[in-house]
Amino acid sequence: MNISKSPWLLHYDGSSCNGCDIEVLACTTPVYDVERFGVINTGNPKHADIFLITGGINSQNREVVKQLYSQMPDPKVVVAVGICACDGGIFKDCYNILGGVDKVIPVDIYVPGCAAKPESIIDGVVKAVGLLDKKRAEMKANASVSHKED
Amino acid sequence: MMFLKIALYLILAPLIGGLLSGIDRKISARFQGRQGPPLLQPFYDLFKLFEKQALVVNGVQDFFVGGYFVFILFTGCLFFVGGDLLLVCFALTLAEVFLMMAACSANSPYSAMGSQRELLQMMAYEPMLLLTAIGFYIATGSFMVDDIAKSSVSPIAYLPGMFFGFLYILTIKFRKSPFDISTSHHAHQEMVKGITTELSGNILALVELAVWYEDVLLLGIVGLFIVNMQWWSFLIAAVVCLFAYILETFVDNLFPRVKWNSMLKSTWLVTLIAGGVNLLILTLVH
Amino acid sequence: MNFLENPSFSYIMLCAFRMKMRGNKFKGETVVIMEMIATLMVFPFLAALLIACAKPGKLRDGLIFCSSIVIVATVLLLCINVLQGGKTQSYLMETQMLDRIFLIAELGLMGLVFYYGIRYKRYYILLLSAAGTLPVVWMEFAGRGAQGGDHIVVDYLTLIMCLVVGVVGSLICVYAIGYIKDYHKHHTEYKDRSSFFLSMLFVFMGAMFGLIFSSNLTWIYFFWEVTTFCSFLLIGYTQTEEAINNSFRALWMNLLGGLGFACAILYSSMALHIANLQDLVAAAANNKAVIIPVTLLAFAAMTKSAQMPFSRWLLGAMVAPTPTSALLHSATMVKAGVYLLIRLSPALYGNLAGVMVTSIGGFTFFAASLLAISQSDGKKVLAYSTISNLGLIAACAGVGLHQAVWAAILLLVFHAVSKSLLFVSVGAVENITGSRNIEDMHGLIVRLPKLAFVMIVGICGMFLAPFGMLISKWAALKAFVDSKSVWLVLFLIFGSASTLFYWGKWLGKLVAVIHRSAQLKDTVRKSEKGSIYTLTFLVIALCISFPVFSNIFVEPFLSQTFHDTIGAIISSSDLNVMLLMLCMIVILPVTVRLLTFGKANKRVISYMAGVNEGDDRTFVDSFGHEKSMYLANWYMDDYFGEKKLLKPSLVLASAIMTILMIIVIGGAI
Repeated sequence: MNISKSPWLLHYDGSSCNGCDIEVLACTTPVYDVERFGVINTGNPKHADIFLITGGINSQNREVVKQLYSQMPDPKVVVAVGICACDGGIFKDCYNILGGVDKVIPVDIYVPGCAAKPESIIDGVVKAVGLLDKKRAEMKANASVSHKED
Repeated sequence: MMFLKIALYLILAPLIGGLLSGIDRKISARFQGRQGPPLLQPFYDLFKLFEKQALVVNGVQDFFVGGYFVFILFTGCLFFVGGDLLLVCFALTLAEVFLMMAACSANSPYSAMGSQRELLQMMAYEPMLLLTAIGFYIATGSFMVDDIAKSSVSPIAYLPGMFFGFLYILTIKFRKSPFDISTSHHAHQEMVKGITTELSGNILALVELAVWYEDVLLLGIVGLFIVNMQWWSFLIAAVVCLFAYILETFVDNLFPRVKWNSMLKSTWLVTLIAGGVNLLILTLVH
Repeated sequence: MNFLENPSFSYIMLCAFRMKMRGNKFKGETVVIMEMIATLMVFPFLAALLIACAKPGKLRDGLIFCSSIVIVATVLLLCINVLQGGKTQSYLMETQMLDRIFLIAELGLMGLVFYYGIRYKRYYILLLSAAGTLPVVWMEFAGRGAQGGDHIVVDYLTLIMCLVVGVVGSLICVYAIGYIKDYHKHHTEYKDRSSFFLSMLFVFMGAMFGLIFSSNLTWIYFFWEVTTFCSFLLIGYTQTEEAINNSFRALWMNLLGGLGFACAILYSSMALHIANLQDLVAAAANNKAVIIPVTLLAFAAMTKSAQMPFSRWLLGAMVAPTPTSALLHSATMVKAGVYLLIRLSPALYGNLAGVMVTSIGGFTFFAASLLAISQSDGKKVLAYSTISNLGLIAACAGVGLHQAVWAAILLLVFHAVSKSLLFVSVGAVENITGSRNIEDMHGLIVRLPKLAFVMIVGICGMFLAPFGMLISKWAALKAFVDSKSVWLVLFLIFGSASTLFYWGKWLGKLVAVIHRSAQLKDTVRKSEKGSIYTLTFLVIALCISFPVFSNIFVEPFLSQTFHDTIGAIISSSDLNVMLLMLCMIVILPVTVRLLTFGKANKRVISYMAGVNEGDDRTFVDSFGHEKSMYLANWYMDDYFGEKKLLKPSLVLASAIMTILMIIVIGGAI
């Protein structure tokens, strides 16, 4: 059974202008309906497989993003939605912006756009889902290797 | 025979429970004009959770969740092999207390809040649950599920009020809106995921699985209102159970979540009026 | 100084007993039993006297310990002896001389009450005490009292009560040895009168033994008043203003009950010519007028058991050191009330007196369990729970049917053991952490694992399947349904639901696991530990062995009382299921290992919206500052608070009680 059939996601708004957030939420509406793919917006890192972040990282939310990431069970995938989350976007040179999400946690999928279109967000999520299976397989392999070493 | 029944329950209940949950999600999606997830989505979710790493905040959480799981299964078995209905209620309470303790042990704001609300939910539905068992006893002369199922007339003939009351608390037990205050199937809640906030991976999977077992058990009680010694009554009971479940889905989609005080008041009132009056009449007639 | 009459009294009594026995030609075995009964009735008073004189120290502790052992051993021996005999035995048919002694002691007791009443300027106490005592004394001295009948009866219920009083009571006394030392260490503001305190515990036990062995109403009345007075002294132990107020509240309420008792004696003696409790109950079937003394006795029993309009004295009793509360709540005092109701139960069946007892009991069960929800003080929760459970026992006794009384007796036993365990563990926690508030017991499982475990056992014993109390509640429910009392059923199911809530949230507090909190130093003394663990063992042992207990003690008593035998109240298949549940709980750790498939779980911090400071105790607030988190239980004061519920419940209960008493007594006259 592929774990990719049930991707639950955690949506976090870094310092987004809310443009991307509205597009993320649009994905769950009848027009796009991501639940077709089993996607659920959990709002709880401990239940989530995909960490979906909009907006850049600032000095205030740096620790928050790190902590949320650390509270997600393996395997997990990070998706940066919108250009701000990818590299800081138009806020890049602001005094308080550190840059994209990859400044604090490893990002797997970049979804550019300002705001990112629902289609591309869904595309990003689908790509992330593929990665989940791969990571799960790696996890299993590692586990059996370490088991043999014991 | 007894072992066959237990085996059947242990194997079939999660299949039925998962399928019902899939139907529930499909219907809810259609209510909102969406296509919705595949029918088997709940199973995908469950398998995924079993595949994932389990994060815990302390060393006793999994112990309590294990207790919850084991006793839900135990309760279900007890019911379907035809055991004492009151004991079923008590064992169910024990199981729920385990879940509540799992949430409390996490010492986390959201799950602690969830546990208090869970307790309140238990306080709200417990009277009706016990009253239902008593109703069966007066109507059929026995607390044993086996004997109740063999009665000559369907118990619902004597217990219409109790049936209504039981459907009412079923909304709480199925964690459906308006009474899904301790944790919800819906994506967003004011308390994150309430009682299950700190559970993850295979520990969460155990909770999900237990919920399916419990759902089947509760529908079993719904069915018990309908069945009598005729074989075809079991078919009708199955249909009624399905309708009851779909009715709860409708309620879920039609009503917004209420505060705890409205839940407690309304449930106790329904228990007192629907259940109590039914009991009074039954006692006078019998 | 309060024991001036005790030495003489005890001594004379002992002599009298011996004289009596020499005079009558008893069989050898009977004499042994009589000796043991005399020991149980007299020895605690002697022990109390010695303890009162002893100086605090090893000698006194040893004395208490040995006395407790003597009492427990005597109780066990008595049980074995009586069980071998196998039938109800009664003694002392003619006891004019002893009766006189009792009357004089009673006057002495009244004198003591007068002394305290005048000293603290509570003159209404004098009135109540005199109104109860003087007419009875006058009646006896004037020779107008009924004569004859047994004065001492030993049957199975007596044995059950003996076991409860002797075993649980002694354990509490042993516990008190260590407790009172720590108590005075923490509360230097109170005068150390620990010898007085400890000796009073023994007087209390002695009075209880007297009460349960006696069958003559005047004798019972005497011991009844002794327990009232003892509880008054114990509650007022710290002599703060609150303690004195509360002790006087306990005194007047119980004296009022005593007044009811005195009226019952007067009426049954002078109008019905019955002087004996058993005869009174037996006469109920043929004589309509018997309902008057029965109602009055039930009234007295309900004041003593702190039923609803009189519940406030038991809550006030919480100011006293914990062993007092433990003793009052579990083994003695309040149990005296329900004991009397159980004795009366055949006379309560199917009449208005029974309706009074059941409606007050059922209502108290429900109302007190609602009130318990709003309490955060551990001892207050325990107090409300006691009131509520006693209500249930009273209701069962009031139904007056075989299986209802079965439930009542088992409730009484289970409650005694579990509740005393909870009290002693709360007391121990208070001595270590300095607080008995449930909120402060947050995370006790980490800080004091052993005590927390003990407390969890106690709490589970109070409300969860497959533990003790639930079994009897189950039987009670069946009995109520069978007796077609719809109101009782409703009270019971709503009350149980509320019970679930307040115990559940306490359990939740205990099991919260807080990171980086260290284990506290366990300063529980040896004597306390011994008592706590023995009680824990008793709770668990009773859960497993209650069918045996029921077969040996309860069933024989019931078939004697109700002249019938009924099938098993809890069927054997259900018992097996419950045993299975117990086993499952025991092997749960192994099962859980299997269920989680041996996966290593990863530890993370708890979810606080990403702003957990990393220790699960603090978070970053919106200003970037650290803020500590506090998790509180729900108390819902606006709904279940004392301010909201207490007064209406008291008024309602008083109304029910007054109206029904007027109807019953007026109707009979």
